[in-house]
Amino acid sequence: MQLTVWTYEGPPQVGAMRVATAMEGLHYVIHAPQGDSYADLLFTMIERRAKRPPVSYTTFQARDLGTDTAELFQSAARDVYERFQPQALLVGSSCTAELLQDDPCGLAKALNLPIPVVPLDLPSYQRKENWGAAETFYQLVRVLCSPHAPKPAENGSGASRPARPAGVKPRCNLLGPTALGFRHRDDVAEITKLLGELGIEVAVTAPLGACPADIAKLGEADFNVVLYPETAGQAAGWLKRTFGQPFTAVVPIGYGATRDFIAEVAQLAGVDPAPLLAGVRSRLPWYSRSVDSTYLTGKRVFIFADATHAVAAARIATEEFGFTVVGLGTYAREFAREVREAAKRYGIEPLITDDYLEVEAKVAEAHPELVLGTQMERHIAKRLGIPCAVISAPVHVQDFPARYSPQMGFEGTNVIFDTWVHPLMMGLEEHLLTMFRKDSEFHEAPSHLGAGVAPPLAAEVPPAAGSDAVSSAQPAASPAGSVAPPASPASAALIWAPEAEKELHKIPFFVRGKARRNTERYAAERGVSLITVDTLYDAKAHFGR
Amino acid sequence: MNELAAVPRSTVPSGCGEFAVLRERGQREVFCGLAGIVWLHRKIQDAFFLIVGSRTCAHLMQSAAGVMIFAEPRFGTAIIEERDLAGTADANAELDRIVARLLERRSDIRLLFLVGSCPSEVIKLDLNRAAERLDHAYTGRGVRVLSYSGSGLETTFTQGEDACLAALVREMPAEAADAPPSLLVVGALADVVEDQFGRLFADLGIGPVRYLPSRHADDLPPVGPSTRVLMAQPFVSDTLRALEQRGAKRLVAPFPFGAEGTTAWLAAAAEAFGVAPERFRTVTALGQERAKRALARYRGELEGKRIFFFPDSQLEIPLARMLARELGMTLTEVGTPYLHRQNLAAELALLPPDVVLSEGQDVESQLDRCRAARPDLVVCGLGLANPLEAEGLTTKWSIELVFSPIHGYEQAGDLAEVFARPLLRRTRLEV
Repeated sequence: MQLTVWTYEGPPQVGAMRVATAMEGLHYVIHAPQGDSYADLLFTMIERRAKRPPVSYTTFQARDLGTDTAELFQSAARDVYERFQPQALLVGSSCTAELLQDDPCGLAKALNLPIPVVPLDLPSYQRKENWGAAETFYQLVRVLCSPHAPKPAENGSGASRPARPAGVKPRCNLLGPTALGFRHRDDVAEITKLLGELGIEVAVTAPLGACPADIAKLGEADFNVVLYPETAGQAAGWLKRTFGQPFTAVVPIGYGATRDFIAEVAQLAGVDPAPLLAGVRSRLPWYSRSVDSTYLTGKRVFIFADATHAVAAARIATEEFGFTVVGLGTYAREFAREVREAAKRYGIEPLITDDYLEVEAKVAEAHPELVLGTQMERHIAKRLGIPCAVISAPVHVQDFPARYSPQMGFEGTNVIFDTWVHPLMMGLEEHLLTMFRKDSEFHEAPSHLGAGVAPPLAAEVPPAAGSDAVSSAQPAASPAGSVAPPASPASAALIWAPEAEKELHKIPFFVRGKARRNTERYAAERGVSLITVDTLYDAKAHFGR
Repeated sequence: MNELAAVPRSTVPSGCGEFAVLRERGQREVFCGLAGIVWLHRKIQDAFFLIVGSRTCAHLMQSAAGVMIFAEPRFGTAIIEERDLAGTADANAELDRIVARLLERRSDIRLLFLVGSCPSEVIKLDLNRAAERLDHAYTGRGVRVLSYSGSGLETTFTQGEDACLAALVREMPAEAADAPPSLLVVGALADVVEDQFGRLFADLGIGPVRYLPSRHADDLPPVGPSTRVLMAQPFVSDTLRALEQRGAKRLVAPFPFGAEGTTAWLAAAAEAFGVAPERFRTVTALGQERAKRALARYRGELEGKRIFFFPDSQLEIPLARMLARELGMTLTEVGTPYLHRQNLAAELALLPPDVVLSEGQDVESQLDRCRAARPDLVVCGLGLANPLEAEGLTTKWSIELVFSPIHGYEQAGDLAEVFARPLLRRTRLEV
């Protein structure tokens, strides 16, 4: 057993729902007890979908367990077919039904429905949402495309494709976008446009917007673009083995990555990328070089997300913003390798965990100036008083903005520039408000960051002598029982002189914690027990900013 | 009846007094009993709710709780993993380990609930015995450990609170057989509502008045033959039965929604405690007048409007009664997940005779009936609201009715406003 408070991913059947809900003409019958239908609200409320997810639950109860839950499943599947007339049916078990071992697959097959039935075996006690989405998409592709697969090559080296006739435009599929995905809707539009400018046609986008008949045609395109390896990697691998379709490795998030992506698809499609690469089609490079962005230099960022968005964000942060990455991690263990490799490039320890409290502790410990994370890290950052931008699922309703805001492609770089800089500017405003709070205009400085970072009142009170002064002036900790940044072990033996404490509070709040730690470390290493104003500046000179 | 003619196979009409009741089986769009933890953990301030279940349970709680305001809320899930099922780990030993770690981290916890789920029931993990064992182990540390089931196999949404309170009844101290009569109000209420009722009971001279659940775990009210029980929520039937087994006597009343319901509810207590009619009138006059004035403001918007209830919290019938009688709304179908005729006897007596009640759910056929009825307002869960809005129907999320204070005189206007708001919004929007 594992004690969990908040989770980054739902169970695997929620991943299957994300695939089913993204598509048309498909229905998912899930063997599940009452209550599992809660997942519908993720789609209707968070994503504001105007249609119910195409998912039916058998809703068995305790009294059914002694009788025939299998018959319940069959009648539910039959009713679904009659009512919704889908082109294909997904069938599977939720966590509870998995324990009953009713075999929904066999039961559905026995109904002899005149449509393809795709059985899902999603082990709820081992796997999670993203794995469930990838497995569902893979099974759909495998079942629906297999009838169209070419005979394996004689030499056994996998499928090979005939050359594209001259004069025919190259075609690709876009794989991976699902319902409830972080900006998937807009990423698809942006990348479709980008490919169009290269003269490449998008044959099928799947699962988002596709119907089972479209899936069956996937093998006809020249190659596949894997937008989200978390959901499409497995299916793309199978398509390569079966149809000889190559697939892309670069995910076009960020300026450099988008250019790399253009080069990669141009090579796969046999077109010339030069015209598209010649112009600067993003505002990010200039905005980042313009002098007002100087203050971004070396900002400490902590990144935690799904693997694709985390790795992309680390590159953008380093190469395109001039930040310093102080934390990089993911909750997706399946993609831990990619994140570990990236972390090695930035010389930091990767954080691979789905324990929310551990992430919170690591963020607090790293004292970042900006957190790039999921909705979960947004809450962490809010409690710790650190600016934050959301870069990945898990999502909340505000991650489905009304306006066009992709993460991918050149427009994606513009969106990212604004999204990441905005909270830092707000943080700067916060600092100015704090700095001028003694002016008469600022009697009650409002804070957009909430109570957690209200100007620390403790700073206004002349600190009492002795060790109380140390604890009373800890950097703003939130009142709601959150994890306060752990005090360094040395601090207990150290005493801050009142003037030094006062001086410390003249330092902007977002670097104050670091200044305190550096000073205490400096003092502890030199056996200084009373920290004076001079100690503070000695430490500053020693460590630099 | 014509409505019954179109009812599919899964629906069995049966009598309930003079009412037609559609009994349905099929797909349900309701939460399981675990969702009640969302308000129970706020109400009992030193209790922790440890669900023993799956990732689905944890995800449900996260989705139902909405925003993660608290880094460490007073609920969590011990997620059963493959090795627990395969028998390589002893589930009870694992549970002991998790509880030890939890209580070490949270010294503020005085009461720990082990909450059963669908998977824990199917694998027959005996949480009653686990709770007994742990209760014994932690009694020296001042922590009590109880268990109840919130599983969807056994409970629908608010029945989770019922199961929790029933577990508490066993822990309540005995009240002396010769104690003077006391009043016990059962069902979680917002603190502000509890305080309002407390003032009214005091002015009526009724006392002592106690509440279940209490705000603190070590403050459980006593129960005995002198206890008179007044239900504040319609879904506490198991709790009521458990209290009756301990000698308590129930008071029959409608539920305290609207001016009429609140007055009748208070009157049941007043009668049991021998309050003079004159005093009752004097004490309740101001509240009644204020409630009626607050309701009158919304009558124009709601009168004659047709309302359809999907089953959710078991509050549907009392609310439908209030909307029909005090605001002049027309009831089409009133769905409830479970119809407890005895506990709702006073409510059923007040319903208009032409109402259609439905019990249980077959969501697809209920949606068909709803579309055919074209009501002015549909009360439904979060999974159905936006899709129905997109079809041109006006909806009200039923979940708001369990999360916001709606009981008593002072909330009558707020309750009416909850139903008026979506209708008003429809008239404002030009898009």
